[in-house]
Formats: sequence, C-alpha cells, structure tokens
Amino acid sequence: MSKAAELANLIGNINAGGGGVNRNVIINGAMNVAQRGTSTTGLGANGANYSTVDRFYTYANGTAGRFTMTQDSSAPDGFANSLKLDCTTADTSIAAAEQLVLAQVIEGQNLQHLNKGTSSALPVAVSFYVKGNASATYMCALIDNDNSRMSTKQFSVTTDWTRITINVPADTTGALDDDNAGSFNLNFYLHAGSNLTGGTYTASTWGASTDANRAVGISSFFDSTDRTFFLTGVQLEVGQNATEFEHEPLERTLAKCQRYFQYLPSGAVGRWNSSTECEVGANFPSVMRATPSTSINPNDNTVNIFRMGISVNPCTVSAVDASYLSPSGGATGITVSATSSTPSSGDVALYDTNGDSEVVFLASEL
Amino acid sequence: MNSMNITQAQYHQINSVNVSIKATIDGTVWSVPLDPNNTHYAEILKQVKEGTLTIKDAE
Repeated sequence: MSKAAELANLIGNINAGGGGVNRNVIINGAMNVAQRGTSTTGLGANGANYSTVDRFYTYANGTAGRFTMTQDSSAPDGFANSLKLDCTTADTSIAAAEQLVLAQVIEGQNLQHLNKGTSSALPVAVSFYVKGNASATYMCALIDNDNSRMSTKQFSVTTDWTRITINVPADTTGALDDDNAGSFNLNFYLHAGSNLTGGTYTASTWGASTDANRAVGISSFFDSTDRTFFLTGVQLEVGQNATEFEHEPLERTLAKCQRYFQYLPSGAVGRWNSSTECEVGANFPSVMRATPSTSINPNDNTVNIFRMGISVNPCTVSAVDASYLSPSGGATGITVSATSSTPSSGDVALYDTNGDSEVVFLASEL
Repeated sequence: MNSMNITQAQYHQINSVNVSIKATIDGTVWSVPLDPNNTHYAEILKQVKEGTLTIKDAE
C-alpha cells in the first residue's frame, strides 16, 4: 500500500470514528505470543482447542482430518511469526456436519466503540495476511454471538503471502453486550460439510447467522496432506478501510494474552497441609477475564516446592485446585504425587519453578 | 467458543461445601471454579440444563 493510500485510509477511518493507537481489537494478531508452546500435533478431534499461538483456537467437528498447528517463522515483511496449520491426515469424504474453524473470540466490552445496533453504528475493516501450499478459497466470517448475526467474505489463498482486506458495513441492528463474554467471533472456515456450505453466499452483508450460509463455496483444507494454511497480521478495526497492521511491544501483547491464559507464577508462598498437599497464594501478573480453571501441563508436571529448611524439593504435580482463586490471584491447593523429601503439616511452602514456569495452567478463555 | 466435549464432571468439596468441579473437557482434566463468567463452568451448566451432562456428587 502506498503512503498516500495509507494516509487516506487513516484519515477516512478517523473521520469514521476509528484510527489512532489501540485500534486493533484482535489480540496477538502478529502471532508473536505462544505460551502453550510452538507446535501441537494430532489436532482435529471434536471440540475446541487452544494450542500454540495465544488467543486463536481451532474448532473441529466430525472430521477424520488431522493437522499440526505451529507458530511458524514464515511471515510477510514486517512480521516475524505466523500461525501455520499443516494437514497430516486427509479427509475427502465430507459428512454434512463436518467443520474446521480457526477463530478468535472478542469480549463485548472491547467492542462498544463500534456502536453496533444503534443509528451511529460504524463500519469495520478486517485485514490479515495468508499463504498456502496451493490456491484455495476459504471464508472469513464475523459473527455477532449476542444477536445471532454475521457477515461473511470469501478470500483466496495462494503460495505467496497476500494481504486480505474486508470491509464490513455498519450494522444498526443488534447491540453488543457490554460485558466480559464473547460478543464477536472472527472465524476462518477451512473445511465444512453441507450443513455449512449448502446455503447462499452473500458477501459483506450483515444478516441472520444461518449455519448453511457460513462456508458456502470454500475449498477443503483436508483435501490433501500437502495442505498448509498460514495466517498472520490479523486486524479488526473501526473504519471504512483497513490500515497498516498495528504492531505493539511484545510485553503488551503478552499482558493482553495473560488475561485469558497464563501459568501459575513462580514465587507463590503458602504452607504444606500434609506430605502430599500444600496451599500457596499468588498474585497473577495480569488480572484474568474471569476466575481461571486450572490444569497441569501434560508435558511438564515437575516443579520445586520448597519446604522451610530444605533447599530443593522437586515434586510431581498431580492436581491443582481452582476453588479459592479469583481473577487476580488467590490461593490454590497443589497435590503432589512424589517429593524428594517428606514435608510435614505446617511447613512453609514456596512454589518455585526453577526457571521452568510452564507447569500449572490458568485459563479463562472465551 | 463452540461446544466443548465434556466427558466427566464431579463436584469437589471443602468442609462439606461444593467449591469447584473436576471435569474432563476436550480430553484435559480441569479444576473448574464456580464462577458463571468462567467459560468451562458456563458450558457445564449449559450441558446439565440440556440433559447431556450430569455432575457427580463429591466423594
């Protein structure tokens, strides 16, 4: 995009109520934060799955297709990372209910400036960079979960990085809830059966969120194990035209991501209740969207939980309790199945990850 | 988020009060707080209401 065109878009968006800093409501659109790791294989089973790159999840239903999701270093100029999906098991017999979606959900309270559902509603511009192993057509759908409405637009993928820009008109129907629930989904439909493809395609027009219209005319990501799909530079902003991607410092993106997912921070202090259970209190580095669920990293469940007077006490964590947590922190009970010493009830406990903090998941995803 | 695949759910009690739910969601075991803003808890309640999930009593 030329500088003149960029300036014209920016001015146009400012006049339309957008522009400026903090204009991108997509979090981690440059795919720079991947707290859960950089590669997950064997994805594609039924259900939603947050893997690798933060804030983006995949949802699969009914398909035998499987894929690997990675944070990849292939990226267009100005970017260091992309999200890559790599088909590892093809599925060319597509049943009606099958689907594969890559998506991000956005809180309603972060979308109030769109004035959606009012006479002052503003247009939205969606932009992103895509690449694949071969030509393909997929669908980008902006879905209003609060009012069951959507606007869809097909886009083409080639073997070169291409920037897609989509202009979504203002929608004077259906106000978005001003809360911390998910009001918008930005969905990328990559594989779908007739339940999602059998309807009518209407480009960039708000209407009822009819399942059959969500993925009309798309290719199938699972048609060959050669298939790849790369995505980065995702931006959703108020305005009549897409502007250049808004880059931000890594620590700022990380803090935004930690509102939805983080690890129990090292340094939490408490006491041992028995030789196999302790309670520790922690302040989270970022206040989370809601009280988080807790789980254990299946690939790394060993930490040090010091007891007073014992310098090192490696433990295998077997359970972590979310009962007394809050969005900002609180106490959590940690059950260990193995320790190198035998703590006594009342011993001071210090949760120390010994530089490896990726053990206890805290999740308040949408 | 789209529907989750929840295969098991059981209350966890402290001092005879339900304080969280241990649930297997999309293949991962989670301790889920009783916070209606928590997406896991909201989905558990939704599936219980639809009759597709039962939360076992605490042991």
